[in-house]
Amino acid sequence: MLIYAVLAVPLAAGMAAAVLPWWRLAGWAAAAANGAVLVLGIALAAEATHRRLPVVAGGVLRADALSAFMVVVIGAIAFLASVQSVRYLGAETGRGACTARHAVLYTTLIQAFVSCMLLAVLAANLGVTWVAVEATTIATTFLVGHRRTDGALEASWKYLVICSVGIALAFLGTVLVYFAALHAGGHAAGSLDWTSLMAGARRLNPGVVRLAMGLLVLGYGTKAGLAPMHSWLPDAHSQAPAPVSALMSGVLLTVAFYALLRFKAIADGALGPGYPRALLVVAGLASLGVAASLLLTQKDYKRMLAYHSIEHMGLIALGAAAGSSLAIAAVLLHILGHGLAKGVLFLASGEILLAEGTSEIEKVPALLSRRPVLGGIFGFGLVALLGLPPFSLFVSELNMVRAEFTAGLGWAAAIALVCMAVIFAAVMAHGRHLLLGEAAPQGQREAAPRIVAVPLITGLLACAFLGVSAWPLEPLLHAAARVVAS
Amino acid sequence: MTGFAYHGPLGLAAGAVLACAVVTLWRRDLRAIVSVLALQGIALGATAAVLAAHSRDIGLGITAALVLAAKGFIIPALLRRVVRRDPGSRETAPLVNVPASLLAAAVLIVVSYLASGKVTALAPGTASGLAPIGVATVLIGFFMLSTRRKAVSQIVGLLLIDNGVALATFLLTGGVPLLVEFGTSLDVLLVVVVLRVLATTMRARFGPFDLDQLRELHD
Repeated sequence: MLIYAVLAVPLAAGMAAAVLPWWRLAGWAAAAANGAVLVLGIALAAEATHRRLPVVAGGVLRADALSAFMVVVIGAIAFLASVQSVRYLGAETGRGACTARHAVLYTTLIQAFVSCMLLAVLAANLGVTWVAVEATTIATTFLVGHRRTDGALEASWKYLVICSVGIALAFLGTVLVYFAALHAGGHAAGSLDWTSLMAGARRLNPGVVRLAMGLLVLGYGTKAGLAPMHSWLPDAHSQAPAPVSALMSGVLLTVAFYALLRFKAIADGALGPGYPRALLVVAGLASLGVAASLLLTQKDYKRMLAYHSIEHMGLIALGAAAGSSLAIAAVLLHILGHGLAKGVLFLASGEILLAEGTSEIEKVPALLSRRPVLGGIFGFGLVALLGLPPFSLFVSELNMVRAEFTAGLGWAAAIALVCMAVIFAAVMAHGRHLLLGEAAPQGQREAAPRIVAVPLITGLLACAFLGVSAWPLEPLLHAAARVVAS
Repeated sequence: MTGFAYHGPLGLAAGAVLACAVVTLWRRDLRAIVSVLALQGIALGATAAVLAAHSRDIGLGITAALVLAAKGFIIPALLRRVVRRDPGSRETAPLVNVPASLLAAAVLIVVSYLASGKVTALAPGTASGLAPIGVATVLIGFFMLSTRRKAVSQIVGLLLIDNGVALATFLLTGGVPLLVEFGTSLDVLLVVVVLRVLATTMRARFGPFDLDQLRELHD
């Protein structure tokens, strides 16, 4: 029941948004629905952790602790983003850049997007997961282009073409796993099911799984923003409206990575941990390298945040490469912490863009003195993202590095730490200009109402709370990690 | 069905998929390229139909009909409407010229046979022996996508990749479960619809354009 409700509530809100003539009401309904997803996700997580058994429904849907955790992540960030969406739509319609029809389309697509992500993590069949991940690309393309500028158009084209290619490779990988399963004595009907694949993982042909895993890392890695197929990410995340960027950067990347975690567990069974680990280490380090080199010279704060997501996906890939239960628990905590912090930062960057009218770092100095609330949120968000205490990213990064050393990946962790140091310096330099800088005297433009800050501060507080005490999550994280840990 | 009546048509249909992929590299006229793509969709549907008839698999038969409708008719029709607005539109200056592209295609076909050795060894048979053709089509699609500069050519490149993956799927596994097949077909169709809208919008905004004129976003 609970699983159906998780999928039905946001979908129903999307359909209501499509027919309701009042976009503002539809926007609030969507926010309420996404808040409900968060609550239902927590209930689902409690059930999956408590019973230690996956919740199944109709053979198509299945929620173990890992799926339930992802539902919580999606619900939390979707809730923040959709509350902020109402404000974005208000501002856009206010300045005449967006008609009521476009506002309705926006809310409908956001809900379709959220529903597809939920389906991806709740599907029992990895083929259905693939279909859902591909569907998220389609739903988000128009959202990326929602501002309808030349840049947004270009970004949506690149996004759809590159991600479709990547995801086609992931499908080929999925098919190869299916092929291996067919010839390992499973039955045809059930062989893309997670449970039957995991049960028969040891009997899968290693040569075929090796090829499949390479394609899957490349394919789902494209959607997850891992190098070398990351080039769509800075364009799409910087051009999309802020709430969409928050959702894409905060959760969509990690939903794609979730699929990779599942396949990694299967490949671990078929091949032993060495080969999947090597693939993830290469992808992770390449992403960190790309992020470090391009963050140094970044001139645009939204692009800066986008490259920062590539860095975090690299860290997550390295953590997953370590593969132990501790490592996966840290990876999952990092997924949630990064989602919250990056979501808040993108939403804050949307407010800054609205107030200042430009996304160039150079032209937005001294936010802290000119707009203390917004600047403060942005500053604390950066502190969280850079992995400083008390935020949860500090805890998860520390644990990931520890797990990497235990797993014999100390050298990779050392390279990662060097890249992180470069990124730290680069982001600090940009952040110092944005927050402190030398303010040019200029006419004050309309200031954001204080109420806007409430969801952003809530997100940051949640992130800090999880850093100080992970107790409400601890059993869930460990139960979820056991699902895929090697 | 006798052995010959199965092997012959299967090889012919699968081979036609690859031949169409090579021809898309050879032709410059976008309208001709779209027609070749339609032929490829029909050949793909035929491959699935031959396999379905051989294994008496109703699910695969439905899939064949679905593929034939979507890739043989609906998608090409959608693309034809983009091309028609742009009469005489040609891939005038691809990044790699046509003779070199054809040579590259030959190399890619050899590579795909080398790369799929392990896969075909797992289940020797006519169908899985043809699977490298699917991989070759994927690689040619990649090549097309990265060396052609018109929006329609890029869409065609994407569809070549997709058709190649579908061909490999049919030949190796006899089709994925129907629910997944239905989902993937719907996804492809929607991707083409969205790309068509984007291509039309860009055409309206920039006039006749090559994709490498898009330079708004860079680092």
